Amino acid sequence: MSLNTEALPKSQEVTASPEAAPQPWEPRIVGFACNWCTYAGADLAGLSRLQYPPSIRLIRVPCSGRVNPQFVIRAFQRGADGVLVAGCHPGDCHYSTGNYFTRRRFLLMQRLLEYMGMDPRRFQARWISGSEGPKFQQTVTQMTEDIKALGPNRKMRDVE
Amino acid sequence: MADKLKFAFYWNASCGGCEIAVLDIHEKILDVAALADILLWPVAVDFKKHHIRDLPDKHIDVSFINGGTRTSEQREMAELLRRKSKVVVAFGACASLGGIPSLANFHNREEIFQRAYIETPSTDNPKGIFPQVKTALPEGDLELPLFFNHVYRLDQVIAVDYYLPGCPPTPDMIAAAVTAIAGNSLPPAGAVFGGPSTVCDSCKRVKQEKKVKGFHRIHEIIPDPERCLLEQGIICAGSATRDGCGTLCLNANMPCRGCFGPPDGVADQGAKLLSVLSTVVDSNDFGEIEKLIDQIADPAGYLYRFAAASSLLKHKLTGDGKSTVQAAERSQLEVAK
Repeated sequence: MSLNTEALPKSQEVTASPEAAPQPWEPRIVGFACNWCTYAGADLAGLSRLQYPPSIRLIRVPCSGRVNPQFVIRAFQRGADGVLVAGCHPGDCHYSTGNYFTRRRFLLMQRLLEYMGMDPRRFQARWISGSEGPKFQQTVTQMTEDIKALGPNRKMRDVE
Repeated sequence: MADKLKFAFYWNASCGGCEIAVLDIHEKILDVAALADILLWPVAVDFKKHHIRDLPDKHIDVSFINGGTRTSEQREMAELLRRKSKVVVAFGACASLGGIPSLANFHNREEIFQRAYIETPSTDNPKGIFPQVKTALPEGDLELPLFFNHVYRLDQVIAVDYYLPGCPPTPDMIAAAVTAIAGNSLPPAGAVFGGPSTVCDSCKRVKQEKKVKGFHRIHEIIPDPERCLLEQGIICAGSATRDGCGTLCLNANMPCRGCFGPPDGVADQGAKLLSVLSTVVDSNDFGEIEKLIDQIADPAGYLYRFAAASSLLKHKLTGDGKSTVQAAERSQLEVAK
């Protein structure tokens, strides 16, 4: 399967009028959000009408500990510019220790990706509780800005 | 004897251990010789490439090919044997998964050449000469095979019918495979000779709770021979590795290194092992976790020791962000398919 980056923004080409300037590149971030905290936090951000860049695609997982390292690698391969894994604060895990597991795995995973040549800022883990709508907003805004500065991730995606 | 089976053995990017493994079936080699004619086996018999080229297509019953594919010559031989064979078996970890040679996929061709032909202490190369595909000399052009930027496992180059993993495959497995072929009782195409589960499943060691306060390399401690090695802080790939080897390394008080590749249902052995290692770290404190993880020297090497060519990571990401496998090389491979 070819993941040609040039082929992706086709829908924009169709909608844009001929005179319109080409759409600026927007980062695509895949966010794995735990059902019990971060997903609720994201929901709260939405309910509170907090504005944040539309760059994140949230995937609800039962626990941040559910995020298999293969998911992260696959996300980068299929065109993600950044990956965010977010779950409950330490001590608050619905399953008592899942987020501690995430923390350990994240550190090792980040080391591996860094060794492979990936900028570590593209792969982040955060603790966002169900009441932290503003934190979710800030996290997504910050990460979008960071990744905008880094530019599109072309490193893994066209390999397949 | 006209109804004898016809075998071929060939080696690509490998160490030669797989060839020795064939001989390790000891006196059973006589049974093999009794039931099969060996048409190609560079390490032991004197048939050349042109002998194979002159055979009719599908003449060879089974080709056992070991080693990863690093050069254009190796690809050519693999393609030739595929054409001339009814069945191709990827023999050993390198052919099945990429093996140790594919760890070079964490570097690119330029880095490898730089290291091998300039930097190594034993190299004396003041003119900075690198191997060339073609060198013009007064006597004529000299040619060398193209050194790919990437090491491929066999099924990325040609169609493969069966896999015999292991570094090297064990004599029992080889005997079982040859017996299955001779007795015409072959498993479904694409099958891996080996167990369906993990090495941990067949490991006899006592397994209790896995909580580790420090990782050790094998030369640093003398482990308890009865207890799970991972629990003793030695990185053992058993939980992310297919069984069928008879836990040979663990019987010798050495950790599993993962040469059988991932078990059924796992796409990426290294990613799985990474998850395992992060479960056993016994700390919830960020600083302490960092210290413990720092004790894992060379994570990429540990996690993907035998399966780098099969990993989702595929290749070291180069600085220019371009495709890590060179486009020309890929199109060549695709044409070949």
